[in-house]
Amino acid sequence: MTARQMVPDGPRPTAFGPARLGIYGFLVVSAVFFLMPLYVMIVTSLKPMEEIRHGALFAWPANPTLAPWIEAWSSACTGLKCEGLKVGFANSVFITVPSAVLAITIGMVNGYALSLWRLRWSSLLFGALLMGAFIPYQVLFFPLVRMLAAIGFFGNLAGIVTVQVIFSLPVMTLLFRNYYASLPYDLFKAARVDGAGFWRTWRSVMLPLSGPMIVVALILKVTNTWNDYVLGLVFAGHRYLPMTVELNNIVNTTHGEREYNMEMAATLLTALVPLAIYFVSGRWFVRGIAAGAVKG
Amino acid sequence: MDETRYFHWRPGRAAAALALLPTAFVVLFVFIGGAGWAALVSFTSSRMLTIWNFVGFDQYAALFRFPRWQVSLENMVIFGFCFILASLVLGILLAVFIDQKVKGESVFRTIYLYSYATSFIVVGLVWRWILDPSLGIQHVVRDLGFPSFTFDWIVSQKMAIFTIVIAATWHGAGLVMVITLAGIRGVDAEIWKALKVDGVPNWKAYLFVILPTIRGSIVTAVVLMTIGVVRLYDIVVAMTNGGPGSATEVPAKFVVDNLFERQNIGLATAASTTLLVLILLVVVPWALWQRARQRRMA
Repeated sequence: MTARQMVPDGPRPTAFGPARLGIYGFLVVSAVFFLMPLYVMIVTSLKPMEEIRHGALFAWPANPTLAPWIEAWSSACTGLKCEGLKVGFANSVFITVPSAVLAITIGMVNGYALSLWRLRWSSLLFGALLMGAFIPYQVLFFPLVRMLAAIGFFGNLAGIVTVQVIFSLPVMTLLFRNYYASLPYDLFKAARVDGAGFWRTWRSVMLPLSGPMIVVALILKVTNTWNDYVLGLVFAGHRYLPMTVELNNIVNTTHGEREYNMEMAATLLTALVPLAIYFVSGRWFVRGIAAGAVKG
Repeated sequence: MDETRYFHWRPGRAAAALALLPTAFVVLFVFIGGAGWAALVSFTSSRMLTIWNFVGFDQYAALFRFPRWQVSLENMVIFGFCFILASLVLGILLAVFIDQKVKGESVFRTIYLYSYATSFIVVGLVWRWILDPSLGIQHVVRDLGFPSFTFDWIVSQKMAIFTIVIAATWHGAGLVMVITLAGIRGVDAEIWKALKVDGVPNWKAYLFVILPTIRGSIVTAVVLMTIGVVRLYDIVVAMTNGGPGSATEVPAKFVVDNLFERQNIGLATAASTTLLVLILLVVVPWALWQRARQRRMA
């Protein structure tokens, strides 16, 4: 035990007075506000419809069933098709993987070129790129649709991946530029003195040091792409609609009575990937949003 | 820069410039060119197809006479004000309370931020059900023995926009907490010591010393939220789809609907250009302020 632990300075702050009670009270009430919707979603998704019709929303399921989850995954209907969310899940994977790989690779090279190679136009380019992060998507919908249609990239996988990469260029570049700028400059200089060129310096010195930032960028990019709705809706075409779009279609396709249990199971399934990333990655996730929060 | 060094570096510099070329292309032709193109189309009489027939500000005049656009703008202002205020108050309170050496800090932090990891579509659907009068809170409270209890904002023309505020705050307050908490933790220990020595009460210390010290982070959070307000689309689509009636229509939705459903390109680009101008009015002063601050510190 260290001396610091044995001699606390000032009055014991953990004494349970009314002030402490108030602090914990507020924190707990807030926690209930944040957790309540998740709880409702989970219990409702496990109830048969009979129970939802008669029982209370907050009640624990009396006869828990996984049937709504299975229906949401494999046979829920969107319009005329009844294939469940599995198609949307696959599409979201097809969109997310290449978008993340491309965006992170380009972001890394950009960040490296902008931070360590003092090019004449680099600060102007970086400034303009950052302003690009603030342009509302809707402003670029019309021109992007036209440009992509002209090269046959509209309404297919290549189109949505291109758009996903374009819109994440600013943040990915920002992440890696700031990261490389924080590394000791001598590392870079040493490689340069040894005569290594642009790409070799990157491969042999910068890339091996990029691990932590690649993880942060990966978390940020995968979460953002997975959660996207409007880009997928506009640019992916019918064949590659992402999971979020399929989810919204399932909920808005009703034949007769609303199947709340299946719809909530579908919603939880869609939230599963980002939530898993969040709960597993913890502080890394926070680092990502702190550094890249520009992409709201 | 001395001559020999410049010469020595030149091959690498060419490769660096080449590597930046695709990005420069995107910035020039997609971001700047695209926004400019859209702005140009907004001055033409285009409807289903682009026609280069310039009509000045006619589309804008038509736009601002459009009742749905007026409602959308009004909703954006109401939503923006309430959402930013609610998220700031809740987020800052959470950060300050968590900063009181509480037990289980990381558990609380994890709980307050998880909603930020989910999609706006998920957020919208969740709150659509929680606030649904025949399923959610109203139904539950009535079943508890208060048959006249009413909480039906989501189906009320007047109150529906505030249900979007609730959902968006649930999603975004955690971000304010994270940004504020990082700011508070970064405050110089000397400042805290001085406040203790002077016997300043805790709440006064936060309100008048600590929060002003970290105003940079708070302003950043406000700018980020403002961008979110202008972009607001997904939550509305999932939660109310603009209804009841047109009670929760928002500008971003106006653009998408006019572009893809009503096929009125001129009106849609006039609306989107208006949004871009609004964003620039927020971002440019903020960027200049940030730069001035950094210069002063350096």
